[in-house]
Amino acid sequence: MTAPSPDRNTAGGGLKVRGLTTTFATPRGLATVVDGINLDVAPGEIVGLVGESGSGKSMTLRSIVRLVREPGKVSGQVEWQGRDLMAMREADLRKVRGAEIAMIFQEPMTALNPVLPVRLQIEENLSAHTTLDRRARRQRALELMNIVGIPAAERRLDEYPHQFSGGMRQRVMIAIALANSPKLLLADEPTTALDVTIQDQILKLILDLRDRFGMSVVFVTHDLGVVAATCDRMAVMYAGRIVETGTVAQVFAEPHHPYTRGLLGSVPRIGAERSMLLSIEGMPPGLIDLPDGCAFHPRCSFATDRCRAERPPLESFAAGREVACFHHQTVAAMAEAA
Amino acid sequence: MPLLGFIFRRVLQTIPTIAFILVVTFILVRLLPGDPASAMLGDRAIDADVQRINAKLGLDQPIPVQFLYFTKAVFTGDLGNSIGLKLPVIELIERRLPVTLMLTGMAALIALLVAVPLSFVAALNRGGAPDAIIRGTFQIGLSMPVFYVGLVLLTVFAAKLRWFPVGGYGQNFLDDLYHLFLPATTLALSLSAVLMRNLRAAIIGVVGADYVDFARAKGLRARVIMTRHVLRNALISTVTLFGLSIGTLLGGAVITETVFAIPGAGRLMIEAIYGRDYPVIQGLTIALALLVSFTFLLTDIVQAWLDPRVVR
Repeated sequence: MTAPSPDRNTAGGGLKVRGLTTTFATPRGLATVVDGINLDVAPGEIVGLVGESGSGKSMTLRSIVRLVREPGKVSGQVEWQGRDLMAMREADLRKVRGAEIAMIFQEPMTALNPVLPVRLQIEENLSAHTTLDRRARRQRALELMNIVGIPAAERRLDEYPHQFSGGMRQRVMIAIALANSPKLLLADEPTTALDVTIQDQILKLILDLRDRFGMSVVFVTHDLGVVAATCDRMAVMYAGRIVETGTVAQVFAEPHHPYTRGLLGSVPRIGAERSMLLSIEGMPPGLIDLPDGCAFHPRCSFATDRCRAERPPLESFAAGREVACFHHQTVAAMAEAA
Repeated sequence: MPLLGFIFRRVLQTIPTIAFILVVTFILVRLLPGDPASAMLGDRAIDADVQRINAKLGLDQPIPVQFLYFTKAVFTGDLGNSIGLKLPVIELIERRLPVTLMLTGMAALIALLVAVPLSFVAALNRGGAPDAIIRGTFQIGLSMPVFYVGLVLLTVFAAKLRWFPVGGYGQNFLDDLYHLFLPATTLALSLSAVLMRNLRAAIIGVVGADYVDFARAKGLRARVIMTRHVLRNALISTVTLFGLSIGTLLGGAVITETVFAIPGAGRLMIEAIYGRDYPVIQGLTIALALLVSFTFLLTDIVQAWLDPRVVR
């Protein structure tokens, strides 16, 4: 694994997100759900997007392909293989969605249409982007069901989602996403709704597919175990912003943001001396009236007057490492001491 | 094919329904005040004549025996003769019922053609001006009685503008359609309002579903998303409502046929009730009840076809 730098040239290959911002006008004011996100994903790379519920991970993912519902407004720049998805016409964007960039959702129970047979739900993705005829589409659907490891695929093609178990439904969803061999997979908590053994199978499947097809993956999760097991790099999100990035090994070994430190402290480790699990005090802030300065300061034990007045920018402090904290050196030093 | 099994089971279920219909009509007619013999003979009936007619009609037999005769007669298509019109009841039904079927069928079709696109417009512009206008208009339509709407349409489009005939029935199929347009629209109005309300709410519910977002993430065309993913799911509950409304529509046909002077089964029913024409009342009741239970059967089959989760 090479240590990728955030400034690495991704032109012609991966995904380059700059200043991605998503806002919702609500009766109580403007909610900034995604706030100026920068993110790079190289070909074949798996990037984990981590944070609490409501930190804007899923919305970031949806904003990348402009799958945000009214009254949500998305702005910024999303460069995909040299083209800006934000400036694209809806008709052109449609050709990217489901073909070059595919998405899988968290809930396999609700993301599949309950009244259509699985075969049709796979094949409609092929009809939308290829010129394959009926027989070829059926053939490909069968092939996909086999790739994702659904037993008795031939028979199960004509079954409906309610006839599948949760894990099998998630496989169906992955099969749909893979139909057109996408270059980028946006995975929104694809294993959260599944039990642990099934979760492991699905993660292995995604890793295997990355290796076989050289696909990039943006993996949204709140599960740090999943990140450690699958991702190359990670970005930690808090209140709609990225607060820390780095390779998974770097961030786990030496967290520089107090929030990341808190997240890691809330995971028990095998082999380590048994100690109290840390929890982060307080609740994530509401997105309409964010605290002034650093959004994390009310919950942060390192917070100073500067944190309350001024928002720390996301800055690079080492190769491939970024953090948005004025006191990140102190935080890192404490982590080493502990 | 699990759907075929479902249809088979559902058809079996109609047998007790039909038996129940027969028992109820049989009892109802016998509960009505006055007896058929006196109705046929008028005021000056003498006992001997009454007994002769009762014997002829089998009314001197014990009730269970009468019911067996009645059931046998119904199944052989013999619904007796009309007292007033001196014609076999089955012949009257064969002549009048198709008119009513055409009227209700046309009304149902108009209601669907109006409700489906408008509920889409309203649902997708939820809270906006089109939504408010469409819903407001239908609210007014829904709160006006059928006979009143009929009279207004008659006055404006038939009497004043002379675009449509004032009443009656046509000479051929196209002429029938022309004659039935105003009455069918009258009937359709309240049904389309009910369907609109239901379908609009269903579409709003479905449009927010995860699988619709997933369909968008697949890069499908908007038209495919709207028909295959939104409409099909939204229709499931509306189809049931539609089926149940057919019975109400037949009831409404009785009034509409009277207002527009259409020689259908509804008007026949009213005439029969005024004339104490028991065999006609009984025959029509059975025919309409069978028709409604057949519509329910059809509704359940369509619903099962739309929603595979029903079939299990």
